[in-house]
Amino acid sequence: MTVAKLELSTDPALKLDADSSSGAKLSPRAELARRALYYMSLMREAEDRIERKLYRQGKILGGVYVGRGQEAIPVGAGLAARPEDVLFPSHRDLALYFMRGISLREVFAQYMGRAAGLTRGRDGNMHMGDLRKRIVAIISAMAASVPVAAGAAMALKYQGKDDVVFVFFGDGATSRGDWHEGINLAAVQKAPLVLLCNNNQYAYSTPLDKQMACANVADRAPGYGIPAEIADGNDPLAVYDACERAAAHARSGNGPYLIECKTFRMTGHSAHDPADYVPKELFELWEQRCPIRRVERRLLDEGWDSPAAIEAVHARVRREIDEAIEWAENSPYPDPSELLDGVFERKES
Amino acid sequence: MPTTYVEAIREGLREEMERDPNVFLLGEDIGIYGGAFKVTQGLLDQFGGRRIVDTPISESAIVGAAIGASFMGLRPVAEMQFADFISCGFDQIVNFAAKCRYRWNAPAPLVLRAPCGGGIHGGPYHSQQNEAWFTHTPGLKVVLPATARDAKGLIKSAIRDNDPVIFYEHKALYRRVKEDLPEGDYTVPIGKASVHREGRHMSIVTYSAMVHVAAEVAALMEREGLSIEVIDLRTLTPLDEETILASVRKTSKAIVLHEANLTGGFGGEIAARITEKAFEYLDGPVLRLAAPDTPVPFSPPLEEAYLPNAQKLLEKVRWLAAY
Ligand SMILES: Cc1ncc(C[n+]2csc(CCOP(=O)(O)OP(=O)(O)O)c2C)c(N)n1
Repeated sequence: MTVAKLELSTDPALKLDADSSSGAKLSPRAELARRALYYMSLMREAEDRIERKLYRQGKILGGVYVGRGQEAIPVGAGLAARPEDVLFPSHRDLALYFMRGISLREVFAQYMGRAAGLTRGRDGNMHMGDLRKRIVAIISAMAASVPVAAGAAMALKYQGKDDVVFVFFGDGATSRGDWHEGINLAAVQKAPLVLLCNNNQYAYSTPLDKQMACANVADRAPGYGIPAEIADGNDPLAVYDACERAAAHARSGNGPYLIECKTFRMTGHSAHDPADYVPKELFELWEQRCPIRRVERRLLDEGWDSPAAIEAVHARVRREIDEAIEWAENSPYPDPSELLDGVFERKES
Repeated sequence: MPTTYVEAIREGLREEMERDPNVFLLGEDIGIYGGAFKVTQGLLDQFGGRRIVDTPISESAIVGAAIGASFMGLRPVAEMQFADFISCGFDQIVNFAAKCRYRWNAPAPLVLRAPCGGGIHGGPYHSQQNEAWFTHTPGLKVVLPATARDAKGLIKSAIRDNDPVIFYEHKALYRRVKEDLPEGDYTVPIGKASVHREGRHMSIVTYSAMVHVAAEVAALMEREGLSIEVIDLRTLTPLDEETILASVRKTSKAIVLHEANLTGGFGGEIAARITEKAFEYLDGPVLRLAAPDTPVPFSPPLEEAYLPNAQKLLEKVRWLAAY
């Protein structure tokens, strides 16, 4: 078999240092905050274009799900993950793709159903992955990725590696049997699995108290004999720290570790959903906790960056996205003659 | 010394595990117990717990974990204790494993072994032939060996295949069929039917345990001067249409036989293809013999009434011969 060759990406955010106003060497914490800002800004802006512009213009079809307000979770985790670690994003973790070096062009082409998209038009929107970059495509059935991630983690252990697997899901997914089966299997196998829940308090229109009778997703962990912690899901550095602890636990052979990131979904379930069922006050409350504003404040308060430098990050993001959208819009659709290809391996006969 | 079907599968697994350190087995009770049908007996002693993994009762997790491990370069062979319980892992199979290559070019080379079939008084939950659930899903290879030789050769091919394979082992054949196997390493190709018995007057197209029913009837009818060709499909998807059509073009009459129930069974697909592609060669309607559309009943007289057998096949054969 052709095992996909690992292509480790160069982190585009590192380029920020060159762009930034101060040439002085930054503390590791400041570095993290800067990279977090870049990727959160990139995710927010890309998803705003997708959800609020291109979808409404009819240029993007199908289901559109975004992680508005939850950017700190994929970004914090993505910063903690090593390049060889395997990622299983949920439908609200777009930043992970960028952090693995998947280009904006590929992502917008994917959303527009173009041949240059990650799935060549075979699947749509956030349903994408690339094994060479160790990022596994979303499985549409909620929580189905947990057993698969458990198996990937078992394989890493089998191979004697100290890499770990990160699997992402929402609060609603934790009601499915697959979630429980996957964690239980990983727990008895002591497989190196980091479980990241974005508890955004709604699953589609269903609030948490109709989803589960315990107060926290973390409360489910003791039933599997694994540790869990609750993290501030709107602070990328808090998520990063929790992931570091979780990954260290998993890397040293202790098995899975669950992180529940408390956050809020700052939009509808998908682009067609006005979310009338969410009380306005909740949106207002959580707007105050916007992870992007928070990291900006931190950068300023600590004296790590100037307002101008922060604005430069957003400007750069907008520029990159403008360019990628234009490129994707002008890229070709897949050729229908390829319809039958790729169901099975093509054998030379 | 003749090798039984169950030994043949075990030997196939053993040889592949010896050949390739990435091959490992997972499933319920496959280690110390050797599997509900003892297919994996002795393998734990030889390969250890790292490569023979006893899992919780979690079919979805077993299938899902096999997919995940396959992404990392391993070659998982997962056992469903009974094919009936494959339904608990259904979503992982049809919605993920089957679609990975097509969706995002991520092959999932795994084998799902599923002990299937009736005739062992297993009742509704331990007797099913549910292959049609999966033949309707593009991206899955569905293999059902009928002989010890094919069982070994096909399990080896399945493990080496770069796509997901569902490998249906018929429980009633495990210890009932045996034969001398070729020496050493051999494989049987997936996607190729075999002419189990040559004949001139009628084709019986079948697979799995029913191959032996067809062979029995063919032997009986030989004495009456009717020469029956028995086609053992061995693989349903991808289907070896050529072998079926070549046989029908020669004999001009065809019966499709399977143990699964009639409606929506794979026999309908075969009958349709024969009719579409060899109509002008036919001297009669394409008949089907299958189980009736009920769950598999438990009580012996009921189960006997349910399963296709030589008696029921003889009736069809005589009717079609006279047509
Ligand atoms: C098994 C399954 N049932 C239903 C759906 C449809 N669906 C898609 S997302 C979703 C809600 C998921 O909620 P949650 O897991 O909390 O994640 P969130 O969307 O809030 O991030 C539902 C019901 C699905 N994808 N899979």
